[in-house]
Amino acid sequence: MIEARGLTKRFGSKLAVNQVSFTVLPGQVTGFLGPNGAGKSTTMRMILGLDRPTAGHVTVNGRHYSRLAAPLREVGALLDAKSVHGGRSAHHHLLCLAQSNGIPRERVDEVLDMVGLQAVARKPTRGFSLGMGQRLGIAAALLGDPAVLMFDEPVNGLDPEGIHWIRGLMRKLAAEGRTVFVSSHLMSEMAITADHLVVIGQGRILADTDMQDFIDRNATSHVLVRSPQMSELGPLMAARGWRVEMVADLSLKVFGARAAEIGDLAADHGMRLHELATVQPSLEEAFMQLTGDVVEYHAGLPEPPPPPPPLGDAPAPPGNGDLP
Amino acid sequence: MSDKTPHDPTPDDAAPNGAAPNGAALEDTRPSRRGMEDTKPRRPAPRELTPRASFANVLLSEWTKIRTVKSTFWTLLSGAAVVVGFSALFALAFTSSYDDLPPAERATVVPTSPMQIAFYFGMVIFGVLGVLVITGEYATGMIRTALTAMPRRPEYLLAKAVVLALVVLVAGLVVSFLSFFVSQAVLSAKNLDGSLGDEGVLRAVIGGGLYLTLIALLALGVGVILRHTSGSVVTVFLVLFVLGIVGGFLPGEWGATIAKYLPSNAGGAILLPRAEEGSLEPWTGLGLFALYALVVLVVALVLFQSRDA
Ligand SMILES: Nc1ncnc2c1ncn2[C@@H]1O[C@H](COP(=O)(O)OP(=O)(O)OP(=O)(O)O)[C@@H](O)[C@H]1O
Ligand SMILES: [Mg+2]
Repeated sequence: MIEARGLTKRFGSKLAVNQVSFTVLPGQVTGFLGPNGAGKSTTMRMILGLDRPTAGHVTVNGRHYSRLAAPLREVGALLDAKSVHGGRSAHHHLLCLAQSNGIPRERVDEVLDMVGLQAVARKPTRGFSLGMGQRLGIAAALLGDPAVLMFDEPVNGLDPEGIHWIRGLMRKLAAEGRTVFVSSHLMSEMAITADHLVVIGQGRILADTDMQDFIDRNATSHVLVRSPQMSELGPLMAARGWRVEMVADLSLKVFGARAAEIGDLAADHGMRLHELATVQPSLEEAFMQLTGDVVEYHAGLPEPPPPPPPLGDAPAPPGNGDLP
Repeated sequence: MSDKTPHDPTPDDAAPNGAAPNGAALEDTRPSRRGMEDTKPRRPAPRELTPRASFANVLLSEWTKIRTVKSTFWTLLSGAAVVVGFSALFALAFTSSYDDLPPAERATVVPTSPMQIAFYFGMVIFGVLGVLVITGEYATGMIRTALTAMPRRPEYLLAKAVVLALVVLVAGLVVSFLSFFVSQAVLSAKNLDGSLGDEGVLRAVIGGGLYLTLIALLALGVGVILRHTSGSVVTVFLVLFVLGIVGGFLPGEWGATIAKYLPSNAGGAILLPRAEEGSLEPWTGLGLFALYALVVLVVALVLFQSRDA
């Protein structure tokens, strides 16, 4: 479990992380999503005690990182850049890390095996490709068999096979009951791996939501219906069990129905339709809209940070349309 | 505690060979999202207390680090080559010019004179090793990995210093004795040689090893403070080599007094069997040098503790 409270980091005049609070729970993959420069890596470095917070605090398993008895046995982290001495072999790199935390040396070969680097284990890591470097970083994270894992942009530089592998790995780690915290700037990536989503933009938390809610809200296609007889058509559609959302006076978003069904329904009741369109918003768009708003978002707003947009709310259950 | 860990994170269900390159990017590897809440196996009992990473663990780790990069071997080898080689060379210079020296200068030639000069030329190389053990980590980003493994920074730096000191002490003693014996062999041609039994000679030779150790530690401190290899090496070179020479040009009695206290002049005093005109007492000099190194290391520790890695 990772708990951040009011975490803030200032670099000179740049407020990289601003009053960030969130909790990462065990047993699920929590995605940490934000555009470039949003403050993901900085937040992760603060969790690991590498960067000192300007304000606020963060704990792992209830303790400040530097108070962990044997950190590698409790937390495994893949940092954003290849953070390895290039002159040392992969084997020796992992060996010195294992030794520092009293981890048996057999574990080094085990993790090298897991990430598929045994063939190059004795080669200096400076010759490693980006993907091999990532694999080595992941091996280091797994070394102490920790209950908490953090991955900063783990799919960076991995080939499709590697991407598939790391996704499976993260799911498996979470299924084992571990805390898995993974950053990315790709919504599509998060949609595939994460159960929970923490969205950060310009150093602020924009959303802290269940992935399913986020998808329900943003990725389900809906049908845009415009009709001069909406006051009658609306209740008819809601009665069918479709979720209906008001857009403007005479137009509605309808979830859970196909355009053809709506057209037929209107025809059956002799109602006129002025527009009937299927809308397919991508998660990526939803994310960009969310983070794109950030600048104006905190421009006129006072401290403390405003509540995130209504992404965290549970969507209305189907059949219970929010009709006027 | 048993090494048997409660989990085996092998991603066996995600065998890499099963993925079609184009399908992989979109494949949902989750077990159906909706029904997961109930079936998700929770972490069982809280794990037993993990043993604290001890200082001995960190020492062992630092030992592995220093012996598994080639730069350690090469800096020590070149340092040894320069010190031992120059000892022979200057011993040769002393023997060949001895007859032409005025009596007053002849009196200043002692058995350890060649190695004292050789140390002056070779010492910076041992400093380079001290710099590299830390700037090598900053340059590659290894420092961040290392500090996640050992976030107690004073302990981390202390372990690094201890391992560096032990390595350079052993190498330094070997170099010092070699340099002594090689130069004595050359000096014996003119009967200028001495033996370890002579007054102050054994102390000078052992002191040479200690001096190189302190140089490496001072350089480690400089490396921690500057975090940059080239900048740190240049700084060490300026402080030890250049400053010592500049000291010789300082005018008057006042200048001579200052010169005695400059780092490499103070430290180099240990290499003489007896204190000479213009140098501190051997142990006083080396003690002062140790103090300089300590001050640098304390500053380094304070910065290391407070800065972002
Ligand atoms: N050491 C530093 N000194 C000064 N500014 C920094 C430092 N580290 C990060 N920043 C700034 O803080 C902001 C957040 O950076 P951070 O690396 O945390 O973003 P990120 O979300 O990880 O982005 P990316 O997706 O590109 O990795 C950026 O504007 C960056 O320029
Ligand atoms: Mg980043």
